[in-house]
Amino acid sequence: MKFKSLILHLFLIITGLLTFLPFWWMVMASFMPEGQASVYPPRFFPNPFTLVQYKLLFQRLNLGRAFFNSLFLAVTVTGISLFFNSMAGYAFAKYRFKGKHQLFKLLLSSMIIPAQVTMLPLFLMLKSMGVINTYLAIIIPGLANIFGIFLIRQYALGIPNSLIEAARIDGASDFQIYYKIILPLCKPILITLGLLTFLGVWNDFMWPLIVLTDSNMYTLPVALANLMGEHTRDPELMMAGSVITVLPVILLFLALQKFYMSGIMMSGLKE
Amino acid sequence: MIHKWVSPYQLFLAPALTAIFTFFFIPVLAAFLISFTDFDIYGLADISTVRFVALDNYVKLFRDPLFWQALKNTFYFVLIAGPLNVGISLGAAVLLNSRLVKLKSLFRLNYFLPVITTLVAISIVWQFIYHPRFGILNYILHIVGIRPIDWLGDPVWAMPAIIIMAVWKNFGYNMIIFIAGLQNIPQSLYEAASIEGASSLQRFWYITLPMLAPTTLFVSIITMIGFFQLFTEPYIMTQGGPLNRTLSIVLYMYREGFQWWHIGYASSIAFVLFFIIFLFTLIQLKFQKDSK
Repeated sequence: MKFKSLILHLFLIITGLLTFLPFWWMVMASFMPEGQASVYPPRFFPNPFTLVQYKLLFQRLNLGRAFFNSLFLAVTVTGISLFFNSMAGYAFAKYRFKGKHQLFKLLLSSMIIPAQVTMLPLFLMLKSMGVINTYLAIIIPGLANIFGIFLIRQYALGIPNSLIEAARIDGASDFQIYYKIILPLCKPILITLGLLTFLGVWNDFMWPLIVLTDSNMYTLPVALANLMGEHTRDPELMMAGSVITVLPVILLFLALQKFYMSGIMMSGLKE
Repeated sequence: MIHKWVSPYQLFLAPALTAIFTFFFIPVLAAFLISFTDFDIYGLADISTVRFVALDNYVKLFRDPLFWQALKNTFYFVLIAGPLNVGISLGAAVLLNSRLVKLKSLFRLNYFLPVITTLVAISIVWQFIYHPRFGILNYILHIVGIRPIDWLGDPVWAMPAIIIMAVWKNFGYNMIIFIAGLQNIPQSLYEAASIEGASSLQRFWYITLPMLAPTTLFVSIITMIGFFQLFTEPYIMTQGGPLNRTLSIVLYMYREGFQWWHIGYASSIAFVLFFIIFLFTLIQLKFQKDSK
C-alpha cells in the first residue's frame, strides 16, 4: 500500500510539473534580457533578471491601453449580463406562464448552435448601426446569454416559494422581491456566473479580432496577436505580454476558485 | 399603471430575451438566408447588388478542395484530440479521487490552471516551446534521446502539435466534471464488489465506467462542440499552414468571410459547421441510448 501510494504521488508530481512547465518558462523568459530565450540549451532562469520587456510593452507598445480596454469590456459585459440573465433566470424559475417550458427548451437546445454562425450577420447588423470598432460591438452581443439564464434558473429553483409569498403578503412589489430577496439569495451563483463571464470576455479572441479594427480599441488578446506578427523573434517580449494577459485571470481565479468549480459542476447537471 | 397590461414575468424576461432574439436568433436566420446569396464586398457597399443564387454556395463548397482540406483537418483534430482529452481527464480524475492521494486540491489546481488562461497568450507561449532549435520541448526530447522535431513547420507534425497543446489546455475542465461524477457513485457499490473479490480493474470497468456514462456523454459532447470550433491555435501558431495542414473550418470561414468578404460563401461554411456539430451530437446521444 505504501509503495503504491509512493508511485502514484511520483506520477502525479511528474505530470504536474510537466503541466506547469509552460507557465514556468513563460514567466522566467519574460524577465530575460533580449536574446536569452533563444539559446541552446534553453535557460530556465533569467540571468540577469530584468524588467526591460515590461517597460517596453507599457512605454512604447501601448499595451496599457489594451489592458484598459480588456478590463473595461470584461467588467461592463459582466455587470449588464448579470442583471439581464438574473431577471430572466428568476422568471423562468419562479413564475408560471403559458409556453414557459417550450420557450426554455427552445433556448437550451439552441445552445448547440456555434457562435460562428451568427458572426457574419451580426457584423453586418453592427456595421449598419455604426458601432464597429467601438466598445458597443463587444457589449451588444454580450448583453445576455442562454447559459447564464440556465445557471441562474437552476439555482433559483431551490429558493423556497414560501419566502416569496411571505414578502408578497408584506406588500413587496415583484421588482422588490427580485431585488431584495432573490438577488441576495443568489449571491453564490451570481459570483460564479460573473467570474465565468469575466473570464469569457477577457479571453475571447475571434469576435474582438473581427470587430475591433483600430489598435487603440484592441483588447489584450488581439493586441498580443498583432504584436506577435512583428516580434516573432522576440520570445522574451512576447512572454512578458503573455504574462500581463494571463496573470489577472489567474489571480481572479485563485481568489474565487470555489465559485468557479461549482459553476462547472452545475453545468454538468442534467435538466 | 403599466402592470395592468404587462405581467411582471414579462418585464423580467424582456431585456434578456430581446437581446438574445435580436443578436442571436435573428443572425442565425439571417446567416441561413445569406448562405443562399452571392453577398460579397459589393453587397457590403450596396445591398441591392446581392442576388439569390439558390444552392450555388453549397455546390461550390462541395467542389472546393481547400474546404475539403479544412474539413479533413478539423476531423483529424476532433477525432484525435477529443477522445484523448476525455481519456486523460478521466484518468486524472480517477487518480485524484484515490484515497491514497495527499494534497488533492493542489494537484487539481495544477492540472486545472491551463483551462482558465487566455488561449492567444498560451498559443504564443507554445509557439516558442515548439521552436525547432531553442524550444524547451525538443530539449526535453533530446534528454530522453529523441531527435528534434520541427513541430509547427513540418506538415506531418503541425496538427499533432496543436492537438498536444489543446489537450494540455483543456483536460482539466473535464477532469473537474469527472471528479464530481465519481463522487456521486455510492461507495457501497465498491465495498460490495470488494467483498465479492473484484480487482481494482474490474471495479473500474464494471462500476466506475457504467456509473459515469451520463457524465462521459455530457463531457464528450461539450468537448466535441468546442473542438469543432478550432480557430485560435492555428490562427496564431501556423496561420493554417504548412501546406494548409492546420487550416480548420472556422479559420477558413474567417478568411473567406472577414478577409475576402465572401459573406454568402462564408455563411454556407458556417452552416455546414453547424450541421456537422448537430449530426455528431445526435450520433453521440443515439450511441448512448443503444448502449443502455
